[in-house]
Amino acid sequence: MKFPYSETVLEHFRHPRNVGKIEDADGKSIEGSPACGDMVAVYIKVDPKTNTLLDIKFESYGCASNIATGSIITEMAKGKTLDEAKKITWKEASDALGGLPKIKAHCSVLAIEGLRSAIRNYEERRGLVKDREPTTVEVIRKRLGKVMNPISGLDLVHTNLVKDIELKDGHVRVVIDMPENHQFTPAIKEEITEKIAPLWDVREVVVVFTE
Amino acid sequence: MQGKRIYLDNAASTRLDERVLEAMKPYFFDTYAVATSEFAYTQGIEAREALDVARATLARVLNASPEEFIFTSGSTESSNFALKGVALALGNKNGKHIVVSKIEDFPVLHSAQALERQGFRITYLNVDGEGFVNLDELRDSISEETILVSIQYANQEIGTIQDITSIGKICREKGTIFHTDATHAFGKVPLDVRKTPVDLITVAAHTIHGPKGIGGVYIRKGTPIVKWLDGGFQEFDFRAGLENIPGAIGFARAVELMTAKENKRLQAIRDRIIDRILTEIPDTTLNGHRYKRLPQNVNISFHYIEGESITLHLDMHGFAVSTGSACFSRSLQGSHVIYGIGGDHERAHGSIRITLGRYNTIDEAEAAINTLAEVVRELRKISPLGK
Repeated sequence: MKFPYSETVLEHFRHPRNVGKIEDADGKSIEGSPACGDMVAVYIKVDPKTNTLLDIKFESYGCASNIATGSIITEMAKGKTLDEAKKITWKEASDALGGLPKIKAHCSVLAIEGLRSAIRNYEERRGLVKDREPTTVEVIRKRLGKVMNPISGLDLVHTNLVKDIELKDGHVRVVIDMPENHQFTPAIKEEITEKIAPLWDVREVVVVFTE
Repeated sequence: MQGKRIYLDNAASTRLDERVLEAMKPYFFDTYAVATSEFAYTQGIEAREALDVARATLARVLNASPEEFIFTSGSTESSNFALKGVALALGNKNGKHIVVSKIEDFPVLHSAQALERQGFRITYLNVDGEGFVNLDELRDSISEETILVSIQYANQEIGTIQDITSIGKICREKGTIFHTDATHAFGKVPLDVRKTPVDLITVAAHTIHGPKGIGGVYIRKGTPIVKWLDGGFQEFDFRAGLENIPGAIGFARAVELMTAKENKRLQAIRDRIIDRILTEIPDTTLNGHRYKRLPQNVNISFHYIEGESITLHLDMHGFAVSTGSACFSRSLQGSHVIYGIGGDHERAHGSIRITLGRYNTIDEAEAAINTLAEVVRELRKISPLGK
């Protein structure tokens, strides 16, 4: 019998590593929400002298790929420097898991983002980041690069679905080159909003579909 | 993955009953001819007679006349035919308005949406917290232009049984055709077309231990409906295509094997499951009505955790159940039924449907709940929610 998940995914799903909360975490993050079906919390302890990850733990509300990715990235990141850990990609995590189904890319990419956000949170707390920068079309485009197109498993930017981005006084209008009645449009719309809306100077996000 | 696999997803499909297979067999190997007229060859006449008997059985169960029952390839086709056939018949004559409930199964819902794209106006009726259509709202929604009301008998996910007799009466008062999708209710709850004013009914064999690929539609005599599967003149010229005689025989046999006693037995198991889960597992919500639900249906949301993870863990322990989680669906959307009854994302994603069938025992149900309780506990340990 063939499952859509690899043996490694199932193994991590059954026995997730580094699960839980670090009460006195140096950095933490929560990515996703019950709305998009998945949510990951990441907690890190950092050695300030070497800038390495002493400990990392995660919690997951999500499906098997979400749990397995959370599990594998904690293993991959532990002991690494912050800069190294930041560079862990979804592709590397997916490869380490023996591959993930394309349609599940959006659930699993959250763990990667969770790790990066936890590191950023640490850096912000330590005053290691510059002042917040105003949102630009490029910043939005970069974020849209994290929204998966479930048809291909690749992001919206790489699959050329982002037709236009308008930004004016905190109002964002994104035009996606897909028919409005496509089965994935509600999911994509929700994910775009979730990625863009939290930007500090964004007040409204409107997603428009062609046709 | 050792040990017996226990199937608790009987709303999706059921195991074929051996007695159904035995009834079907001769129609694969002996009487395999096309059902021809009485003026042709012997095998064809035998096939015709067998089909007539099967049809008569289905009609009798519904208290209908045989010529009011049309065999189809299943409930998807039946509901498509009911909605689009009536739309074709009346759309340009009486009006372009159709009323459906928000929580219909996809054959009705997506047929309605397809008609909407063709210029029909569709009212999607709200349901209350337990999944019931409000009768006053229904009455108010029907206008001069309304040509059809399509409201299911029982819900595919939460098992809520609608008051289709009252709904039918309202449609009669207003002079509107009434279709009900009875895919999940047929054989489980009474359905008599002399008592319930309904014009079109969708039924299928795969939910009652019959074969897949056979279903039917009841069409009350005189109902305006246009044939759209064109070809030969089969099925009283309502539906073209070679008759699926083994399927029809199997469907009829499956219906004969349904008993009130069996439904009572399943209902007792259902009640045991609901009671145990709601008392033993904290932070759970029953979806649907406690009693006005199908005897085989349980649907419960487990807060703070996601359904695909629950089903996958249960599968590893040998139990097959279903969930309304977005992660489980091909559209990446949470259950429209749970949203329809006012549930939020978390309630939809954490919903688990257990549906019972002839081959399930109380011991299997007890074992499933024991495992479920353990799985829920483990998944909650790793969840960031609910702490």
